[in-house]
Amino acid sequence: MTADREQQVLDRIEKARRRRPKLKEERITLAHGSGGKASATLVEAVFLEAFRNPLLEPLEDGAVLAAGGARLAFTTDSFVVSPLFFPGGDIGDLAVNGTVNDLAVSGARPLWLSAGFILEEGFPVADLERIVASMAAAARAAGVQVVTGDTKVVQRGKADGCYVNTAGVGVIERTGTLELAAARPGDAVIVSGPIGDHGVTVMLARGELDIESEVVTDTAPLAGLVERLLDATEGVRGLRDATRGGVATILNEVARAAGVAVVIEEDAVPVRTEVRGACELLGIDPLYVACEGRMVAVVDGSAAEAAVAALRSHPLGEGAAVIGRVKDDPPGLVLLRTSFGGTRIVDLLVGDPLPRIC
Amino acid sequence: MRFVDEFRDAEKAQALAAQIAGLCEPGRQYKLMEVCGGHTHTIYKHGLEDYLPETITLVHGPGCPVCVIPMGRVDDAIFIARQPDVIMTTFGDMMRVPGSHGSFFDAKAEGADIRMVYSPLDSLKIARQHPDKRVVFMAIGFETTAPSSAMTVLRAAAEGIENFSIFCNHVTIIPAIKAILDSPDLRLDGFIGPGHVSTVIGCRPYEFIAGDYGKPLVCAGFEPLDLLQSIYMLMLQLAQGRSQVENQYTRVVAWDGNPKALRAINEVMELRPYFEWRGLGFISHSALRVRERYAGFDAERLFLVPGVRVADPKACQCGEVLKGVLKPWECKVFGTACTPETPIGTCMVSPEGACAAYYNFGRFTRERVKEATRS
Repeated sequence: MTADREQQVLDRIEKARRRRPKLKEERITLAHGSGGKASATLVEAVFLEAFRNPLLEPLEDGAVLAAGGARLAFTTDSFVVSPLFFPGGDIGDLAVNGTVNDLAVSGARPLWLSAGFILEEGFPVADLERIVASMAAAARAAGVQVVTGDTKVVQRGKADGCYVNTAGVGVIERTGTLELAAARPGDAVIVSGPIGDHGVTVMLARGELDIESEVVTDTAPLAGLVERLLDATEGVRGLRDATRGGVATILNEVARAAGVAVVIEEDAVPVRTEVRGACELLGIDPLYVACEGRMVAVVDGSAAEAAVAALRSHPLGEGAAVIGRVKDDPPGLVLLRTSFGGTRIVDLLVGDPLPRIC
Repeated sequence: MRFVDEFRDAEKAQALAAQIAGLCEPGRQYKLMEVCGGHTHTIYKHGLEDYLPETITLVHGPGCPVCVIPMGRVDDAIFIARQPDVIMTTFGDMMRVPGSHGSFFDAKAEGADIRMVYSPLDSLKIARQHPDKRVVFMAIGFETTAPSSAMTVLRAAAEGIENFSIFCNHVTIIPAIKAILDSPDLRLDGFIGPGHVSTVIGCRPYEFIAGDYGKPLVCAGFEPLDLLQSIYMLMLQLAQGRSQVENQYTRVVAWDGNPKALRAINEVMELRPYFEWRGLGFISHSALRVRERYAGFDAERLFLVPGVRVADPKACQCGEVLKGVLKPWECKVFGTACTPETPIGTCMVSPEGACAAYYNFGRFTRERVKEATRS
C-alpha cells in the first residue's frame, strides 16, 4: 500500500519534470551559468523559444549544416575563466581547445576559428600577448587557423580583464552521425581519462582555499583522439566533451536524449588521487567537476574493448576506461553503484559550486 | 586513498549488514533518527540504505543548519546585506535558502554584495582588505561551527578590526532533540548522535535521552562504515533492552567534548531566551546570541535588524519531516511545488536536507534501482 502511494508520488514528479521548463526568476543569477538545471531552463525557455529551428533543436554542442554537398559542423563558446592563468594553461588555450573539441565530438575535422575579445580598460598588453600566444600555439597543435576576429574594449570595472569568444567550423568527412540520442541498452559508456583535473586546478589557483597541489589543467585538443577512435571502430554512437558540469552532466544528457538508463560503477571512474582528495575536502563530487580535455563516448557494447584500446593508444587517452553501461529502465536516469556497494541517483546539478571555471 | 577508503570497505559493510539483520526481531519495525544532516548526506551519497533490512527506517532529523533557519531570519540577513557599504559573507549552502522575498542569490543578482566563504576567518580577511566596508558574517550552524564564529570574533577584537561583525544564528542541538522527544507523535526507537557537534559538546549532554526517555543514542562518525557500525550498536542495545549513550566516533569525539571550544563559545555568546526554528516553532534556550561585551561585533545590534517574523508557508510540512512524522515524499508539495530548483521548505534547499537528499538520490523505489544496477 505504502509502496503504491510512494510510486504515485514519484510518477507525479516525473510528469512534472517532463513539462516544458518555465523561467521563474526575474533576474539572471550565477546558477543560470552553471551548466546544470538552471542553465538548461534558460536555454530552453528563452533561447530555444525565440530561435527555434530544426538545426538548433537537438541542442548538441555544434550544429551540423549541409552546404554544396559538404557537411559542416559549426559551434561557438565563450570563456570567462577566473583566474586567466592557472597551472598548465590559460584562457587562451582553453578558448581554442573548447571550440575545437565541440567540433571534434560532432565528428568533424576542425578547420577554422574566429576569435572575439572583450577587454577591460587598463588590461596589461603583456597579458594579452601571452594569451594570444597560447591561442596560436593551441591552434597549431589542433591544426586549425584563426581566420577572423573582433575586439571590444569596455570601461574599467565593466569586465574582469579579458573575455574570449571563439566560434569554429569543421568539415564532416565520415558518413553517419554521432549523437547521444542514439545510445541504446547494452552500450558501453567510456571516459577518455581521469576526470575533474581542470575544475580542481582552477579552483585551487584562485588561492581562496589555501590548499596546494600538483594538479594541472587537462586542456587539450581532442580531434586527434576522436579520429583514432572513429578509425578503430564503427560502433561509436555519440561523443561529448565533458566541460562545465562534468561527466555527470553528459551522462544525464545521454539518459534523457536516448530515453535510457545509464548505470555507472564508481570504482571504474578514473580520478586522480589529488583531485579526489581536494573533492573530499571541499565536499564536492568529482563527477560534476569540469574537464577541458576529456570526452565521454557511448559505444556499442561489442565494440567497447576495441574503443578503449584505440583511445589508450593515443597520448590523450591513456587513462581511458569503461565506466558503465546503458540499460533500458528507469529511462532518463543516471544511477551510480557506489564503491561502498550501495546505489544512488546522479542527477543534474542544481547550482554551481564553482562559478567561472571556463 | 588512505584514511578514506578504509571506512568505505564493501566487504566489511556486508559483514556488518548481516549482523544488523540478525538483530532484527521478526515483525518489528525500527525507526532510527540520524540527527545530523551530514549523516543524511553520507547515507544517500554512498547508498547505505541498500545494506539495511526493510524493517529499519532511517528518519532524517533536524541537524541540517540551513534547514532550521526560519524565513524571517533570512529576510533580516538580506536586509543587512542591502545596507550601504555592507559586504555580507556566508557559507555556500545558505545562498539558495528562500526568505519571504527571495534568497541571497536573488539579493546578489539585484546588487547586494554577498560573497561565499569557506570559513569566518576568510570573512575577517575581507574586512581587513576593505576597511571602508562593513563586513558581516552570516553565522549559522550548531555547536560545530559556533566555536569558529566565536574565535573569529575574539581575533577581530584582539586585532582591533572594527568593521567586522557576525549575524548570529547559531543554534544548539540538545533543545531540538528534546523538542522532538516531547512531540506527541514521536515514534522513534533510537538516535544516531551528531558526530561533529559531539566533538565540541561531548557525549555527556545526551545522557538524559537514554536515562529520562529510554532511547539509546550512539555518537557516529561520517564515513559509511561509521554509520553502519552505529546502527549495529543501536540495534544491539535494542535487542538487549538497554538504553545508553555510546560513542562510536572515538577517534574524534571525547566524552567530555572540547573544553577550549566550549570556553570560546561561552566567552563570546550566551543563550537566547527563545529562538524560532523552521518547522519546529519557538524553542526556549535553543540558540546563541553575542554577549553585550562584544556588542561591537554583533550585526543584530549594529544594524537595527527589523526582526521580521514570517509564518512558514502553509503547504510546507518541513516540521513533520524534521520530526520524522512524515517521510519526505509524504509531504503534500514534495517534488511538485517544492523542488531543489524552487524550494518552498528548507529541507529541500541544502543537499543535506532530508527532502533534497531524497529527491536527488532516493527518488526511485529500491527494487527498481536494484534491478537496474544488477550486473
